[in-house]
Amino acid sequence: MKYYDKLVFELSQKGRVGYSLPVNRFPAAPELPNELKREVSPDLPEISEPDVVRHYTNLSQMNFGVDTGFYPLGSCTMKYNPKVNEEVAALPGFTGLHPLMHAGLTKGALKVYQEMDKALAAITGMAAFTFDPCAGAHGELTGLMVMRQYHMNRGDLARTKVIVPDSAHGTNPASAAVCGLEIVEVKSLENGRVDVEALKPLLDGTIAGMMMTNPNTLGLFETQIKEITELVHAAGGLMYYDGANMNPLMGVVRPGDMGFDIMHLNLHKTFSTPHGGGGPGSGPVGVAAHLVDCLPDLRVSGFHGNFGVILRAYAYILMLGKQNLKKVGQYSVLSANYIKECLKDAYKLPIEGVCKHEFVFDGLINDGAHDEVHGATTLDVAKRLLDFGFHAPTIYFPLLFHQALMIEPTETESKETIDAFIDVMHKIAAEAAEDPRILQDAPHGAPIKRPDETAAARNPILKFKDAR
Amino acid sequence: MSKIIEGLKYSESHEWVKVEGGVAVVGVTDFAQKEMGDITYVDMPDVDDEVTAGEEFGALESVKAASDLISPVSGKVVEVNEALDDTPELVNEDAFENWIIKVEMSDPSELDALMDAAAYKEHIGE
Repeated sequence: MKYYDKLVFELSQKGRVGYSLPVNRFPAAPELPNELKREVSPDLPEISEPDVVRHYTNLSQMNFGVDTGFYPLGSCTMKYNPKVNEEVAALPGFTGLHPLMHAGLTKGALKVYQEMDKALAAITGMAAFTFDPCAGAHGELTGLMVMRQYHMNRGDLARTKVIVPDSAHGTNPASAAVCGLEIVEVKSLENGRVDVEALKPLLDGTIAGMMMTNPNTLGLFETQIKEITELVHAAGGLMYYDGANMNPLMGVVRPGDMGFDIMHLNLHKTFSTPHGGGGPGSGPVGVAAHLVDCLPDLRVSGFHGNFGVILRAYAYILMLGKQNLKKVGQYSVLSANYIKECLKDAYKLPIEGVCKHEFVFDGLINDGAHDEVHGATTLDVAKRLLDFGFHAPTIYFPLLFHQALMIEPTETESKETIDAFIDVMHKIAAEAAEDPRILQDAPHGAPIKRPDETAAARNPILKFKDAR
Repeated sequence: MSKIIEGLKYSESHEWVKVEGGVAVVGVTDFAQKEMGDITYVDMPDVDDEVTAGEEFGALESVKAASDLISPVSGKVVEVNEALDDTPELVNEDAFENWIIKVEMSDPSELDALMDAAAYKEHIGE
């Protein structure tokens, strides 16, 4: 990999112009009043076209994505993004749309929303969806606002608490807090599932509802889900389904049938639209029939969310069809279990049994530690993987285990790729046993070795000018 | 092995209390700072804020995680350790020396519900 770390501003040469505008045939507009003018000109880069192209091409080559290699980042569902999605999204009828166009000119786009509403309702067992939310956490907040609205409509103002399992995605309690709700944590059992006995005493007239991910963040199906949703409903609460882990259930089990009332989907995970690097995402929120009235009249984003993302997800659903959507769920589960079983001789598997689309190891079985040398940690394993051309799995999440290493292969990888990954993970485990320093000094090949994350968190440099 | 100091009171959520007259000096334990790893931010209340036993009064953030700070006593905050604003790593360096808040206790009998050093040692399994 060629190392490249320039900023576009560093390439700027004063007065260099990389474009030519046609002669203006219109009369000049009147001068802006002084109070509307900037005092100082904006600091924009001045660069020629070839320099711009080289700059961004070089930067793109520093990148790692699903188009360049295996990306087993647990909890993120980094599946391959079919290129047909891009073809559909690039159709001129869609690219030429403007959200303020007259409704008569946007019927095609509106039909996409309608069809997606039907498709997602069929896949999840919900009654209706709103497409406004632009990401998963945005969906959670919207869904919780629906939950709050439901209780307010009934005049039940005492319900201010939301139950969240200790294994939950961090966004769950964060969304509840932003929504002004109080968070109550429920513990997990030794087998990684929600402790139903610990849940029971929490259920009273102050509970607005409970948020759950199923399968949970350990990749385990919550086998007592029916009992849990019945208990929460009996106590007058609603069930919220965090759709981040929907992939293994696709076409097999529906959150609506498990008893969930509100949910979001991450189209950028389960429905194959590009993500990573901060977006754009899409987190449509679905509700059961009795909550359709609570769907937000107030808009939670401009112009019905990220239409281009919704369109790509629609293309994905149509291309797969009902039969193949089911295979998405099945193959993602098969791939994860295959890797888990192949590697559990070298990595600690804290909870045995069948997982869904992802699973968590708790570090190496033999980390190579002895009197003179510290053992290799999960961070060291992740760094060493980079030397072999694989993206690292999610590490140190969930917090239930100290050396968590969370692997999610998705359904789109071939057996050859998965076997190559397993071989490398075995090789790394063997290296650790022999001499953990090989791992501790990794990555040996990457342009950036081990950034000081603590210093970065304590003293973040947020402006490019401060970075040099 | 984590450091535990005799004579202090301890909560299940890993805060320690040192009683100085009617004032409770509150910090987190050595065990807690080790669990958290390198601490990057300490979120503290303001002086004169009221805190309640068993409820959060702030948070610790580290590279690994964020964790609520739970007040072991109720009362009014009379002092916060402002040094932690710029140098949160002090908590890692010495969690007992670098207290977080001082609380004028409204109900000193709440101290009875806390653990002593021996019970806390058992609590963390050391």
